[in-house]
Amino acid sequence: MSTEFRFAVNVTPKPGILDPQGRAVENSLPHQGIEGVTAIRVGRRIEMTVAADDEAAARATVERLASELLANPLIESYAVELVMATSSTISTATEATQG
Amino acid sequence: MSVRVGVVVFPGSNCDRDTTEAIALAGGEPVELWHEQADLQGVAGIILPGGFAYGDYLRAGVIARFSPVMRSVAAFAADGGLVLGICNGFQVLAEAGLVPGALLRNRGLRFLGRDVRIAVEPGASDTPFTHLAGPRRPLRMPVAHGEGCYFADDATLDALEAGGRVLFRYVREDGSVAGEVDDPANPNGSLRAIAGVRNAAGNVAGLMPHPERASDAILGSDDGFGLVRSFVESAAAAAANADRGAVEVGAR
Repeated sequence: MSTEFRFAVNVTPKPGILDPQGRAVENSLPHQGIEGVTAIRVGRRIEMTVAADDEAAARATVERLASELLANPLIESYAVELVMATSSTISTATEATQG
Repeated sequence: MSVRVGVVVFPGSNCDRDTTEAIALAGGEPVELWHEQADLQGVAGIILPGGFAYGDYLRAGVIARFSPVMRSVAAFAADGGLVLGICNGFQVLAEAGLVPGALLRNRGLRFLGRDVRIAVEPGASDTPFTHLAGPRRPLRMPVAHGEGCYFADDATLDALEAGGRVLFRYVREDGSVAGEVDDPANPNGSLRAIAGVRNAAGNVAGLMPHPERASDAILGSDDGFGLVRSFVESAAAAAANADRGAVEVGAR
């Protein structure tokens, strides 16, 4: 029986890496009259559902995906986060209908 | 017989036809290599052209990296085959780890489509990618990219410079090397004004500007044609060597 796990991967520019988007957001703050906010870094968040026997196996898949594809280790770091686990057998009804 | 030079076509490539034209103009026989096919069709050199492979989703070049043709290109490169990435092709090579560094969002955030000037790095004028570039300096050719800011850590940059692996830098009209920040001659803010590099073995190179789009006077500049000719001639030499090797092996 397989369980579905909902994961998120948060990818951010590594410290010291130029982040022109973060700079642009920061430069816009005076227009809103906001003060005291600095060091804005813009990254991306990727969410996914993973079917696996247990959380460790699901996490290993997400780690591989994150390190090989979602983040470029030269310039970005990432953090894997478990959002939700739903204990349910994955439905094969769609396949059966199509088959 | 003219040498067969491959041009990889990804969904979203848009300089593949310019590249095949320039290869033909330089006396080579261009061979289009579709991204879903791993067969390199016996080419003696491969160019990854400009464009927006797979829409540049996630990061420019990263999804293309995992296509079937790129596994073959990586094996070809590991075997000493000549590979050149132009613009998006450079981004693909960097994401695949076939050349060092990464291409970040342009420092000014904007997509840039205009002419820039580059110069062959002194000491890098005798490579398979540059040997027919001639004494012209600077070379004027277009850029068209949103993520072209060359980045590597300081240790890598030092090693690239010490090893003669920086091929091109952005320069001003007078030929002097552009600065990193607030210098319009360095269009994207590349570190140390680096416009092109090659790998440690010397057979894989990438650059952001487009020599193939400056390969005929009718295009406004033919300053890039020497680079295209360098690559085609080097591929021809590699093919001739391979033939000789095959004959020798066959004779034994």
